[in-house]
Amino acid sequence: MVLGMCPTLAVTVSAVNAISMGLATTFVLGASCLLVSLLRHSIPKQVRIASYIVIIATFVTVVDYAIQAISLDLYEALGAYIKLIVANCILLGRAEAHAAKNPPLAATFNAIGMGFGFTLGLFAIGCVREILGAGKLFGMSLFGAHFQPWVVMVLPPGGFFVLAGWLIVFAAFKQVSDKRSAQPGGVQS
Amino acid sequence: MSDDKENQTPSFEMVRTLGLVSVICGIIIVGVYQLTLPAADANRKLALERQVFKVLPNAKSVVTYYATEQGIVAAQGQDQPPAGAVVFYAVYDSAKKLTGIAAEASSAGYADQVRVLYAYDTEKQEITGIGVISMRETPGIGDKILTDQAFLKNFESLDVHLTTDLQSLANAVKTVKHGSKSSPWQIDAIAGATVTSKAVGRGINESARTLLPRLLPQWCWACALPWP
Repeated sequence: MVLGMCPTLAVTVSAVNAISMGLATTFVLGASCLLVSLLRHSIPKQVRIASYIVIIATFVTVVDYAIQAISLDLYEALGAYIKLIVANCILLGRAEAHAAKNPPLAATFNAIGMGFGFTLGLFAIGCVREILGAGKLFGMSLFGAHFQPWVVMVLPPGGFFVLAGWLIVFAAFKQVSDKRSAQPGGVQS
Repeated sequence: MSDDKENQTPSFEMVRTLGLVSVICGIIIVGVYQLTLPAADANRKLALERQVFKVLPNAKSVVTYYATEQGIVAAQGQDQPPAGAVVFYAVYDSAKKLTGIAAEASSAGYADQVRVLYAYDTEKQEITGIGVISMRETPGIGDKILTDQAFLKNFESLDVHLTTDLQSLANAVKTVKHGSKSSPWQIDAIAGATVTSKAVGRGINESARTLLPRLLPQWCWACALPWP
């Protein structure tokens, strides 16, 4: 499922940005699901979405302040997209589908797991875009001075290309494993 | 129908819940804000000083001033500049002697605001260097304003003379098409990055137009600006 990949285009121009964005989202996801789970019995269903959004917006603001205190360079790189975490569908999705129905510990672990998966997804895109678009990984030059950067990879269309590329790879893997399990003597699912 | 009525939550309970959530969230936000404020302020100061030291290499320390219509005031203790004031930075060397002036210029670029810092030479009435504070221009295209040596050469002695009555710029700073620069107050654009080049020119013109007529008539006083 490709849910919440909205920051894909903007912030995955480098591996570090992708990891930072992923970890920021993981923190917001974990903290908001914990609070939603703690308050789940006292939030009437009529005002639950409003409450969840206020809780999510709170932790996004917390992350925003924290990043400004940690590194202004990182804050400049992630820019407006930190604030846009509030609109990421994974957050409201997990609060509504899981945290609101489960005890705090389970809700938090589920959210953190989701967050790490999201971070891994962004990191996979960020690595490819940084290597092809700048010839670097984690800021270190890989191909020497003669490398001609593939500029489109650090532009928004590059985000789409790489995301599509990874989806093709995963779809191909899935197809192969489905074929194997369908063959006689293969793994039965 | 009667089931619906039984399941209905009283309005008071809904308002109470939203109020409770807001109070908890309010406490968290304000707490974190207060906790991170000193570190964030220190980071902002450091980022600014880094740019100032880049455009004025002799600089050792920076003091913020506000140029208001009434005169020049030090920013000490004030978080926000007074309405209509222009922020500029007095730069001191290791002997706490005033060595230069730097000011910020900002204008809309291709993606977002392009914020640059320029060094101003009061004797020659020229801009002598620029540094970028922040921008989100296209990598490899708009961000050439940081690296393109021919473009940066424009700012080694960009003319911002005032008229004889010191009330306005004698010539507006203008970005012109690549290769057509003919006057010292013009900026030769980068071919392919015209929007960003124009944003830099427009920002500097706006900033210089407001700041310099306020600063220069008082310069003799400003010369004597001691280390605060």
